[in-house]
Amino acid sequence: MAVDRSDIVKLGELARLQISEETIDEVTRRLGDVLALVDQLQAADTDAVSPMAHPMDAVQRLRADEVTEPNQRDTFQAIAPATEDGLYLVPKVID
Amino acid sequence: MQWETVIGLEVHVQLATKSKIFSGASTAFGAAPNTQACAIDLAMPGTLPVVNEQAYRYATMFGLAIDAEIGKRSFFERKNYFYPDLPKGYQTTQLESPIVGAGHVDIALADGRTKRVRIHHAHLEEDAGKSLHEDYHGMSGIDLNRAGTPLIEIVSEPDMRTAEEAVAFAKKLHSIVTSLGICDGDMSQGSMRFDVNISVRPLGEEKLGTRTETKNLNSFRFMEDAIKLEVERQIDLIEDGGTVTQETRLYNGERKESRSMRSKEEANDYRYFPCPDLLPVDIDDDYIEAVRASLPELPDARHARFKDTYQLSDYDASQLSEDLHTALYFEATVAAAKDAKLSANWIMGELAARLNAAELTLNASPVSAQQLGGMIGRIKDGTISSKQAKEVFDAMWAGEGDADTIIEQRGLKQVSDTGALEAMADEIIAASPKQVENYKNADADKRPKMLGYFVGQIMKASKGQANPQAINDILLKKLNALL
Repeated sequence: MAVDRSDIVKLGELARLQISEETIDEVTRRLGDVLALVDQLQAADTDAVSPMAHPMDAVQRLRADEVTEPNQRDTFQAIAPATEDGLYLVPKVID
Repeated sequence: MQWETVIGLEVHVQLATKSKIFSGASTAFGAAPNTQACAIDLAMPGTLPVVNEQAYRYATMFGLAIDAEIGKRSFFERKNYFYPDLPKGYQTTQLESPIVGAGHVDIALADGRTKRVRIHHAHLEEDAGKSLHEDYHGMSGIDLNRAGTPLIEIVSEPDMRTAEEAVAFAKKLHSIVTSLGICDGDMSQGSMRFDVNISVRPLGEEKLGTRTETKNLNSFRFMEDAIKLEVERQIDLIEDGGTVTQETRLYNGERKESRSMRSKEEANDYRYFPCPDLLPVDIDDDYIEAVRASLPELPDARHARFKDTYQLSDYDASQLSEDLHTALYFEATVAAAKDAKLSANWIMGELAARLNAAELTLNASPVSAQQLGGMIGRIKDGTISSKQAKEVFDAMWAGEGDADTIIEQRGLKQVSDTGALEAMADEIIAASPKQVENYKNADADKRPKMLGYFVGQIMKASKGQANPQAINDILLKKLNALL
């Protein structure tokens, strides 16, 4: 699968990463190389193989439904740039 | 042209666990902002999620209740998007292997038929926090108490054709999850939220039209209104030569209008991938069978039992069995009253009207089931008349205690003492020679109606406290003896 500049610009937007104009071509080439490797892998016949959900051959342990976390709001909010009335304040975003 | 509406629902159900799906923070509603948001919920570096077993159990219960295949190996994916109330930058959810596979729910239609609505699947995921857009110096306030609350998202097939069907389906889901006890069902607190996918197509056409999604409807009434509005909008648009754009819309229930949520259109690329922080979850047949054995009575079974055990009509049984609280209230009332039909009438009649007028839910009813049942028992054994019962009910509503106390205090006992009633009947008959003569000369089939005059006189003499049935019997006996 090939990628072009517009794919890279869109990916940058989705990931909220700023990719400067002069590096776009370089990023496009390098990501293209990675995808070329994926293309190679895709040549393998995997029809009889179910997708792997996790590289470790283990299953998730479940925990009991108990409240174990105390209120640590003051500690957490000590490092927040802006808070008020117990809320974290962020630049306004409305859909 | 005749149009057909096609509706599918995505329903978010908050699970009634004590702690969150991936952390040990509390899920209790109404706490001060961010006091129930721990390091995991805040996405602090170095934290790892651990799955809450109860959330899995609840999801499994739902799957079994809708006759679905349960995913013996399920796993979690990350759905990536940026929004301030989602601190991780992704929602942990399930896509490829959800816990609940395809199932179905039957709904009753207005014409009495039953319709089967297919469920595509239901998956576990975490809720996001809340954004408050009141003015914080031009900024938004974020409360992350809700972040990480376990949800199941139930995705239906596009099987519904009218707003009424969609509402019946939503109500049925509400009934199922509250009966299972896996959700408190409180829609005003966002415990159940509905996204509605709507499209229209010319009647007879097989290809689906372009759909829109109206998000976050949190009442059945808003849902019905929003669907009707959107169907009308789409049909008008097409008939005027336009086309429907695939988009997400927001409905304002107060203003009865909807608008497009433009900013999300282009960002609809969630780049799902398996969550490396969580291993697959395996559950075995023993687990599933143990959950199955623990299932409480489901709404359909309860409906059938109410008809059977209490001899209720189909309508009464469905009214009383749909909501778990109503069903429990009804059964507690019957246990005290020993009369199912009278209990049903009082609950769906006077009690429902009073609660409605006071904007109260049944849970907040000032009259308990035991009190109501006790009062109905006194109607049944003839202590009070139906008319006096209204007065007793008012007094119970005002908090004056149970029926027996009120009947005693207000001297409301109706007179059923045969001796006293017979004396009154003799008096009235002696004082009304003309009416007695008319009665004797009337045709036999007219006489029961003419009895009304005498009954009325005795009720008046007893200040409404005479037992009408007893008076009737006594008067009939005495008057017919004169024939």
